[in-house]
Amino acid sequence: MMKGLRRLTAVVSLFAMAILMTGCSDKLLVLNPKGAVGKQQLDLILISTVLCLVVIVPVLILTFYIVWKYRHKPDSTTKYEPEWEHSTKLEAIWWGIPIVIIIILAIVTARYTYNLEPSKPLEHEAKPLVIQVTSLDWKWLFQYPEQGIATVNYLQFPEDVPVRFELTSDAPMNSFWIPQLGGQIYTMSGMAMKLHLIADEPGSYLGMGANFSGREFGKMQFTAKATSQEEFDTWVKQVKGSSPPLTDEGYEQLAIPSVSDVTTYSSIPEGLFNRIVTKYGGHNHGSGGEDANGHSEHDAREEEVATESPESTNHDSSNHEGHTNHE
Amino acid sequence: MLDKIKEFASEFFVTGDPLIYGADVSIGLTLIAVVTALTYFKKWTWLWRDWLTTVDHKKIGIMYVIASLLMLFRGGVDALLMRTQLAIPDAEFLSPEHYNQIFTTHGVIMILFMAMPLMFGLFNLVIPLQIGARDVAFPFLNSLSFWLFFFGAMLFNVSFVIGGSPDAGWLAYPPLSEMSHSPGVGQDFYIWGIQISGIGSLMTGINFVVTILKMRTPGMKLMKMPMFTWSVLSSSLTILLAFPILTVTLALLFIDRYFGAHFFTLDGGGNPMMYINLIWMWGHPEVYIIVLPAFGIFSEIVATFSKKRLFGYKSMVFALMSISLFSFFTWAHHFFTMGSGANVNIFFAITTMIIAIPTGVKVFNWLFTMFRGRISFKTPMLWTIGFIPCFIVGGMTGVLLSVAPADFQFHNSYFLIAHFHQVIIGGVAFGFFAGLYYWWPKVFGFKLNEKIGKWAFWTWNIGFYVCFMPQYVLGLMGMTRRVSSYGWDKGWYELNLTSTIGGFLMGIGFLFQVWQILHSIKFMEKDTTGDPWGGRTLEWSIPSPAPVYNFATLPQADEKDPWWEEKRRLAEGGAPKPQSKLEPIHMPKNSGVPFIMSAFWFVAGFGLVFDWLWMAIPGLIGVGACMLYHSFNYNTDYYIPVDEIKRTEAAARRVI
Repeated sequence: MMKGLRRLTAVVSLFAMAILMTGCSDKLLVLNPKGAVGKQQLDLILISTVLCLVVIVPVLILTFYIVWKYRHKPDSTTKYEPEWEHSTKLEAIWWGIPIVIIIILAIVTARYTYNLEPSKPLEHEAKPLVIQVTSLDWKWLFQYPEQGIATVNYLQFPEDVPVRFELTSDAPMNSFWIPQLGGQIYTMSGMAMKLHLIADEPGSYLGMGANFSGREFGKMQFTAKATSQEEFDTWVKQVKGSSPPLTDEGYEQLAIPSVSDVTTYSSIPEGLFNRIVTKYGGHNHGSGGEDANGHSEHDAREEEVATESPESTNHDSSNHEGHTNHE
Repeated sequence: MLDKIKEFASEFFVTGDPLIYGADVSIGLTLIAVVTALTYFKKWTWLWRDWLTTVDHKKIGIMYVIASLLMLFRGGVDALLMRTQLAIPDAEFLSPEHYNQIFTTHGVIMILFMAMPLMFGLFNLVIPLQIGARDVAFPFLNSLSFWLFFFGAMLFNVSFVIGGSPDAGWLAYPPLSEMSHSPGVGQDFYIWGIQISGIGSLMTGINFVVTILKMRTPGMKLMKMPMFTWSVLSSSLTILLAFPILTVTLALLFIDRYFGAHFFTLDGGGNPMMYINLIWMWGHPEVYIIVLPAFGIFSEIVATFSKKRLFGYKSMVFALMSISLFSFFTWAHHFFTMGSGANVNIFFAITTMIIAIPTGVKVFNWLFTMFRGRISFKTPMLWTIGFIPCFIVGGMTGVLLSVAPADFQFHNSYFLIAHFHQVIIGGVAFGFFAGLYYWWPKVFGFKLNEKIGKWAFWTWNIGFYVCFMPQYVLGLMGMTRRVSSYGWDKGWYELNLTSTIGGFLMGIGFLFQVWQILHSIKFMEKDTTGDPWGGRTLEWSIPSPAPVYNFATLPQADEKDPWWEEKRRLAEGGAPKPQSKLEPIHMPKNSGVPFIMSAFWFVAGFGLVFDWLWMAIPGLIGVGACMLYHSFNYNTDYYIPVDEIKRTEAAARRVI
């Protein structure tokens, strides 16, 4: 079954390629992925499309056929059975076919959902690069804890190296999306989400805030540039050498609702990302016992915050369940 | 003093955009025209006695339909404004603030103040007639439901000229909808407009569940009910379970905003994600609430215009009920990207896919109702046939969206926008239009002009595909929803322009419909048969429009298509069913209380919006006083004497 599916998918992919060749290929970002995650998601999109088309194309043809054939004409010769209202055999068929299709689709979906769980590290020999993402009103702050630099509305990372994004928000919820590398995930206050992506080839990819977060959210677009490792290292050096540092005061300024151009910072305040995450969750347990009534539930995001230091990159806990490795 | 008044006025009234002033002027002129006309033609008593105080389900139904068509106009204008802004890159037709307000009001109005009341209108116009009842179970409550909806909708619409519109999206996710991010009154208009009309919706749900369960004519067992009645039952049961969630959620949001609580705030232990879960626990069933009756309408129409029994009755009933059950277990598919983990996502992906099964079965059953039938393409049937392929494709993209990891790439993009417009326009709007065309002659006694109707159908349909097919592609290009402008560099220009053209085509389709109604009022001949389409169910057995008491004697309904069977028996030379003796008919009396009480709600809501307790408290006291008055009012019913029934029937028969 799976084999047949793959074959069908290959045919559809060819068909899709043919469309892509006609000129708008580079514009259809989702159908033109440049990273392993996006490619798997495209496979899934194509498989599910094929599974749906298997049912839908015959039904559409049947619809037009029936409507045409049984249209009323003064001299209709087609069969007319006004009392015919039930056929167990027929109804069993059209309960049965969708059930079978949905079972197949459910199995495929479940497998891919485990495989593509965003918090799961990608299988790759290179050590992942950590980038801490904060959505602000109305800009993106990207911190590179290992390199000690930060950027606004601009991302750069080496190709063929997994990137581990840790995402939070210091503003209304947004959604971090680089369509050509893979699907989106929400950025939410008081918790750090994880998203693993990789770029298979160098290039400049469109990134954006996909979830409405207020007046200028449409301006929350950024370029995600994948380069060679050397270029990336040069860029880091350059940023370290020529950009101003990001201070706590500087961050306060940055967090004020406004639109921002691309900016780079040569250093970041110690533990800034963690402070952004904990500042919303901290209230629950009070600080130093001053909130004696803060008996609220020991919720998942609290634990998550505890494990969220940049050093503990091997943790795969968070609010997601741990999973077995790739097959 | 003068300065103070000026300052107040500049905050109280919405100012700035010339568009707004234009709208203000036209609203003002319309109001003056209406008041003048009513006074000139001495129609105030008529308005009060025949309409504002009526408890007759047929008149309430008509008022629902009129109100919802007005709201369709407003929501449609919102849509066209947005499409105009998006037609070309970097357009400056609307500012981002203005754009955010418009997509918010567009969504709220189309779902809550257009689709819902149009649906309730059809419930009212059809259900009692279809089940052989003389009115709904609670006529007073029915009137109250309508007026609560009406004043709720008005309160929401007032925000257009007073105070400012909400701009946090149609579901008002916090923290955007909290005081911290929306300090203006727009969000309060949203809360109170929806709360007040929401109470009405809940009561309508109760009313129709009871009506259908308790008021069916003798002989009509549950499994003999017409399919539209079944769909209304399933929809109303869903309302019963879903709307309380909405009421509670918005109440919590109000407590956050008004008393500074922290249910959904970012700080103070609040959790905005809880709101997102709650609102979709109502929001997802809500889309099934509006689409199930549309399925019922299609089932009636497809049987009538194929001159054939509905295929697979039991399957259809089972499908309806299972859809309304499963609709409560799919809500998290609206936020697969929240990172709830693979297990949660798989659960909600599969529950969502499961709904495709009964829905698909319904499509097959409609197709096989037409199979070996005699299909005539009257306008109600045209909309039904237009619906089938549209809904099949929309359903397919829905299944694609339910595949959780793939949804990571579709979510929040125009792919999603195209999907839900395809199922809501193609399913709900087409369905309700079909229903309106179908039952129009029953309600008003004349058909709508077929020729103009066909123009409307084709412009709507072509416009729909031109508008929304490009949006699927735009989604794959990475265009996200709710962006108010985009650059030339994105390559989204051509498809957006195409989409805008499609939007305006649908607008022209709407104008055709308005013209069709006006033209038909003037020129269409009266239908004297009461059964212009060759109907199958009881509503076609009585004259059009139905007499105030609907049925002089309650019909006996022992078969599934009782009127069809009766006609066949008569055609075969059989004797008509014996009618029982005429008896005085027990009817509810008109009441001004629902109107007055809802007006008090409006006053209270307006006061709460502006935090004017001097206004809110008297408003609420008024509401309480109306309740008390009605509780002790025993003069609520009367009997229509046999003589009068005879006279009415004779007049109606003469027409026949």
